[in-house]
Amino acid sequence: MIVAVELGLIYAIMALGVYLTFRILNFPDLTVDGSFTTGAAVASIMIINGFSPVVSTIAAFGAGLVAGWITGILHTKGKINGLLAGILTMIALYSINLRIMGRANLPLLREETLITPLRDAGLLGTAMAVVVFSLFALAVKFVIDWFLHTDVGLAMQATGDNEEMIRSFGVSTDRMKILGLALSNGLVGLCGALIAQYQGFADIGMGIGLILAGLASVIIGQAIFGSRLIIIASLAVVLGSVLYRVVIQLALQAGLNPNDMKLISAVLVVTALVLPQWKFFKRIGGLANMRKSLTGAGAKG
Amino acid sequence: MLDITNVHKTFFAGTVNERVALKEINLSLTPGEFVTVIGSNGAGKSTVLNITSGKLRPDTGTVRIDGNDVTKLADHQRAKFIGRVFQDPMAGTSPDMTIEQNMSMAYERGKTRGLGPGVTKKKREFFQEELKSLELGLENRLKAKVGLLSGGQRQALSLLMATFSSPKILLLDEHTAALDPQRADLVSRLTAEVVERHQLTTLMVTHNMEQALRLGSRLIMMHEGRIILDIGQEQKRKTTVQDLLHEFEKIKGGALDDRTMLQ
Repeated sequence: MIVAVELGLIYAIMALGVYLTFRILNFPDLTVDGSFTTGAAVASIMIINGFSPVVSTIAAFGAGLVAGWITGILHTKGKINGLLAGILTMIALYSINLRIMGRANLPLLREETLITPLRDAGLLGTAMAVVVFSLFALAVKFVIDWFLHTDVGLAMQATGDNEEMIRSFGVSTDRMKILGLALSNGLVGLCGALIAQYQGFADIGMGIGLILAGLASVIIGQAIFGSRLIIIASLAVVLGSVLYRVVIQLALQAGLNPNDMKLISAVLVVTALVLPQWKFFKRIGGLANMRKSLTGAGAKG
Repeated sequence: MLDITNVHKTFFAGTVNERVALKEINLSLTPGEFVTVIGSNGAGKSTVLNITSGKLRPDTGTVRIDGNDVTKLADHQRAKFIGRVFQDPMAGTSPDMTIEQNMSMAYERGKTRGLGPGVTKKKREFFQEELKSLELGLENRLKAKVGLLSGGQRQALSLLMATFSSPKILLLDEHTAALDPQRADLVSRLTAEVVERHQLTTLMVTHNMEQALRLGSRLIMMHEGRIILDIGQEQKRKTTVQDLLHEFEKIKGGALDDRTMLQ
């Protein structure tokens, strides 16, 4: 179970990226499936070629930035529908990821990675590792909280909330969307790099369906823990990510087939989207919040 | 301060829906002038406003603000010159953000935004002072989300946000039309006060003739993309709503005469 918590805390970085686009910019970004693998591929190939794990992980963040920037350019300058822009980048990245990796799977088992010190000290799977991963996830959370309260951050929030208004105050909403998508995918790339190092390999298929995990974390977390203030909303995303991994773990332990996990994730998200629309469930407070957090009709965090 | 020269604008050019919105419009506002614009639907009032704000670009002609040619600038690029209040009270503020965050974004209008904190203690004190002038008690609710305010409160806040950074031009697009009469009166009174206080050059579109006569130092009437009446302060004081209605009748009659002549 501790492994699930560890994974949840690492995946929380990806979920925070999804939060930036999905909730702050109000933009469902599918680039995530591709940029996650890009981050993993860049970090892995660099580590294998002798770069330090820190430099490799930072480079993965940079690769994610570029991926998000491209989706942003396609959407704003190319005037391509947001969903399609994300899909285009995601599909294109599949080939690029294969180019970066050279083959479909890169093992890192004998390499020195960011996780190696924890593994050598026998801390993985203990409370100590949970503390380390929590500190990292919270550090990213606090950076996002800080950023969203700067002048640029406020302009980015407003871009997702009332585009015409913020333009009337002299902000290029195109630039804000590009910046938000870049930052979001940077975090996703960073998360991919960490997951590759944690599990000891990068795989071409590791990002498939990941956007669902991100959305589920954001939606479930905010429905349960609230989203009234940004600091609460982002914490809810981190907790939502942990919760999601724990639920998946429980499902596996209950004997469900791991191959069915994507289907189960999809059903989970659909349920969370549809249930609150039914009259019977509208009366249940928590679900009403969930509905709000899904449609963006209520308070955004 | 504002110079609109030979501006022509056609919508859906080359289609069956082709509609000429502005025909060779010329309009100049001197600094501190407060112009109210009236006219029937489709007269081109809103188009004049949108051409000035940059939401629309003219087919021909130029727009200058304080001597700067802004004709080719996008709306966000000329925002440093322009404060705007929209007709829809929901349009001028960001509902999911707090009052102080909204004001902070307005305060940075046209400036380069960096990574400094959006709301500082100094700004907050300034916002509190400004909000007191509205006399709506909002100065005690800086951390409330704007979505919780009533339409009238939001519109008053929008007006404050559009003006407290002293724009070169203030654009008001039927900004009291969506409010109940009491709130509309309040917002109209605040408008007169704030324009007076900051000596703002103002262009206000309205459907309300009484309001158009009461507010401002100059009145223009538009019809089918042309300015057909332009009266200054002196004459405006003597004009009544009845006179304006009479003018409208005359145009309609005139249009009819033209058609009769052609037959």
